[in-house]
Amino acid sequence: MAFFALSLLNGVSYGLLLFMLSAGLTLIMSMMGVLNFAHASFYMLGAYLAYQVSAWIGFWPALLISPLVAALLGAVFERWVLRRVHRHGHASELLVTVGLSFVMLEVVQLVWGRAPVGYRIPAELEGPLFTLFGSPFPLYRAFMMGVSILMLVAIWLLVSRTRIGLVIQAALTHPDMVQALGHDVPRVSMGVFGGGVALAALAGVVGGNAYTTEPGMAFSVGNIVFVVVVVGGMGSLGGAFVASLLIGVVTTFAVSLDQSLLHLLQAVDVPVTDAMANHALLALKISQVAPLLPYLLLVSVLIFRPKGLMGTRET
Amino acid sequence: MSRSAFALELDDVRKRFGKTQVITGAAMQVNPGERVALIGPNGAGKSTLFDLISGRAGLSSGTIRLHGERIDGLRPFEICRRGLARSFQVSNLFASLSVFDNLRCAVMWSLGHKYVFWKLLSRLKDVNGRAEEVMDRIRLTGKRDVLAMHLTYGEQRALELGLTLAGGASVILLDEPTAGMGSAETLGFIELIRNITVGKTLLVVEHDMGVVFGLADRVAVLAQGQVIAFDTPEAIRADQRVQEAYLGAVPAEQATATAY
Amino acid sequence: MPTLHRTHIPARERQAVLWGGFAFVLIVAPLVFQSGLALTALSQMGYMIIICLSYNLLLGQGGMLSFGHAVYTGLGAFCAAHALNHAGAEGVPLPVSLVPLVGGLGGAAVAAVLGWVSTRKAHVPFAMITMGVGELVFAMTPMFPGLFGGEGGVSTNRVVGEPVFGITFGPQIQLYYLIATYCFACTALMFLFTATPLGRMLNAVRDNPERVAFVGCDPQTVRYIAFVIAGFFAGIGGGLFALNFELVQGSAVGGLTSASYLLYTYIGGTLLFFGPIIGAILSVLVGVLLSEFTKAWALYLGLAFMLIVMYAPGGLSAILMANLRVAASGKFSRLVKPGSALLAATPVWLAGVTSLVEMTYHRQIHAPLNPTFRHFGVLLDVSDGADWAGAAALALVGGVLFECARRGFVRHWRMVQEEMHALEPGAEGAS
Repeated sequence: MAFFALSLLNGVSYGLLLFMLSAGLTLIMSMMGVLNFAHASFYMLGAYLAYQVSAWIGFWPALLISPLVAALLGAVFERWVLRRVHRHGHASELLVTVGLSFVMLEVVQLVWGRAPVGYRIPAELEGPLFTLFGSPFPLYRAFMMGVSILMLVAIWLLVSRTRIGLVIQAALTHPDMVQALGHDVPRVSMGVFGGGVALAALAGVVGGNAYTTEPGMAFSVGNIVFVVVVVGGMGSLGGAFVASLLIGVVTTFAVSLDQSLLHLLQAVDVPVTDAMANHALLALKISQVAPLLPYLLLVSVLIFRPKGLMGTRET
Repeated sequence: MSRSAFALELDDVRKRFGKTQVITGAAMQVNPGERVALIGPNGAGKSTLFDLISGRAGLSSGTIRLHGERIDGLRPFEICRRGLARSFQVSNLFASLSVFDNLRCAVMWSLGHKYVFWKLLSRLKDVNGRAEEVMDRIRLTGKRDVLAMHLTYGEQRALELGLTLAGGASVILLDEPTAGMGSAETLGFIELIRNITVGKTLLVVEHDMGVVFGLADRVAVLAQGQVIAFDTPEAIRADQRVQEAYLGAVPAEQATATAY
Repeated sequence: MPTLHRTHIPARERQAVLWGGFAFVLIVAPLVFQSGLALTALSQMGYMIIICLSYNLLLGQGGMLSFGHAVYTGLGAFCAAHALNHAGAEGVPLPVSLVPLVGGLGGAAVAAVLGWVSTRKAHVPFAMITMGVGELVFAMTPMFPGLFGGEGGVSTNRVVGEPVFGITFGPQIQLYYLIATYCFACTALMFLFTATPLGRMLNAVRDNPERVAFVGCDPQTVRYIAFVIAGFFAGIGGGLFALNFELVQGSAVGGLTSASYLLYTYIGGTLLFFGPIIGAILSVLVGVLLSEFTKAWALYLGLAFMLIVMYAPGGLSAILMANLRVAASGKFSRLVKPGSALLAATPVWLAGVTSLVEMTYHRQIHAPLNPTFRHFGVLLDVSDGADWAGAAALALVGGVLFECARRGFVRHWRMVQEEMHALEPGAEGAS
């Protein structure tokens, strides 16, 4: 029972982190039609910047400074690079963000090295929040969930209550029309891109010290975020939310389960021979298969429901 | 089962986008070899109807028959293989291919060369011959190697027509073929269409009433998602309902129509 | 898309010269560059050309941006390695020279299975699908050590069976000529493909898949067949890779490998047939040579890629062809002066920027022990502020000079292009 409850909570906190990342990506994609391949690179940058700022000043200022720096860099990139590539089409925009992701990776490795850095949870947030069925639930996880939910609410308010939000909502499904109506789409684009990557950086600030902060984090998390966006449905914030939680919970559970098909056979009293015990496929533990699950989900969705869970458009 | 009396038959066709009913029970029967003009006020659903017939969009209900065979629910390439081709209001060409290549691609399937990758295209005499023939008829032989994206607007419309006809379809849907053309260019283009579609069944969406009354054997009027009238041009001109739907646009065109 | 005029199919003579020249270069290259390093590099170029051309069959000709092409090269490599091991162990009569074909069949088979799902869409959705499939396959490699060799990978030995005419493929030079033969044959086959009905229809699908449906062809079938053909050639490339390194690891199907195919093919150029050949050659030059000179090679590559996407989306091959066309029209003399200014400003700017980058890398890696190093013959000291300031100044001044020269060049270039365009037969307004 403890296992179930704790895994669920951990899964939800991971899922909310994924949502922070995928929300920004979805907004950028919907507003500008660009799939920002470098989105998770800003997640990485956010974590590294937070590590540096924490070392110089402290964790709490990092929570503010890191996303701001990321927003600034994002806006500059949008203005000077992305906009120039815009006329060559969406594929070129995607490619330039691919290039950016590699450049950012190299720069981060250049400044902070190739090994993981010691970005730690601040002392005041360490320790358990409460104990559930005998196992402690870390305070920091709750903090992460808190930040994620706060961001969620802020986005929701922005999108549904403000005028800019109205424009963004319209752009989610009809970007060309929004432009035709004369909204200052370039300036809004700059803001959306900057804001979107700032969200990714914020996710990096809170996630980087809970998970490791190392150069490979961009691509490993980035792939999952793409899966979330496709599974949830491109252009759907609600879909991204559902998909994030789904993938977060499922992978968290899977990683802790050491059962395999062999166990299943034993449970139903099927005799297990030595040959079977050594067979790679039967002996595979669920925890070993866990990294596969998001991609299996992606491929299944693409075969059976290409629009995603809640998508309105297929591109 | 095979009521091949009609080339194209629509029966209570309905199309709904979300909650909006765009086509509300359209019905029409087109005879083989007939030239039909489809007219109607803006927003009546003419392009949507074309999309439904050609398979670009799916019906909400109703049936569409091509030479007696049901085609609603089929995919565009399946409908095309059964002998129906359409052109587009906004030229839908292969932008980076030359005029000649555009036409060769259009004829390949109809001549039986399906997904062949073990023969050279330049060796296929029938494909090259037919493409040359169509190119000649649409008068683009001089632009044979020019890329489609470099053609003038009028040339692109001509190539659009060529792509539609090259496959030898028996039922042709033309969506505003003269859109964007001046009056002189329109005259020439209509002449071209008339010559090149001899013996074919033609369904043309048009706004230019002069074209409509000069080219068509019968005229179908689409308003509020239904075919409210389907008769000879003279009868349509005199029809009360049509006049109401157009708020007087029909009488104004009578003068130009007599020029044809 | 940038304007690109394809002329008539080149005259027979021009074709013969080009292909003859290509064969000549392949045969003669190892005799000119005789060092061991050169031979390794040439061998790698040989199969990278096949791989990049197969990648461009999808990207340049079909509009299919794949983020998972390494699946087909890698699995082809694994198939070849296993086949070679079986040929050696159980005496299956499989000549080493045919092992790459086994790789090719493996690649095609995998493409046949995975392709039906992948080719439903093009452009961005296709990219996402291929990435997902690629990650899926990569994540599976540690799970089946029998197939993928676990951490160490699958090792193999290409010296197996009886020598034929004294050829064992042990020495690198023998392997090189095998690779060169496959390279020529595959390049020729892929070139011929572009002139087939399916090849032309693939281009049509790239331009306008909807219209393809309206001329009676199913765009998905066209994409699927092209995907399998590309998988076949990718597998051959992978098979040659397996023969060359005699070791295939999980990274061979990984995302980084796929990304490298994308980067280099794009830099070489996707619009012209020979663009990927340039990209392939570049990939080996960077991987084998540049990486020896600087730790910052990956950074330079990423920046170069971004610059190409922004300023020259047709790649290096398009730049080359554009210049050749200007030369053919006799207007090249107009560009000599602005071109020279550009060429003069470039090293200044590059020297400054690379100095800064190299100094930063050097400080990161070596500084505590050894603060000085040589850059283009100049001794730089990372602990000396003056050196940093000097490099920065050089970069800044060079940058300003470069931008001025670039603007001047672009102005002259545009004028020349307009003049050339007006002279062409069949140009707009000239009829």
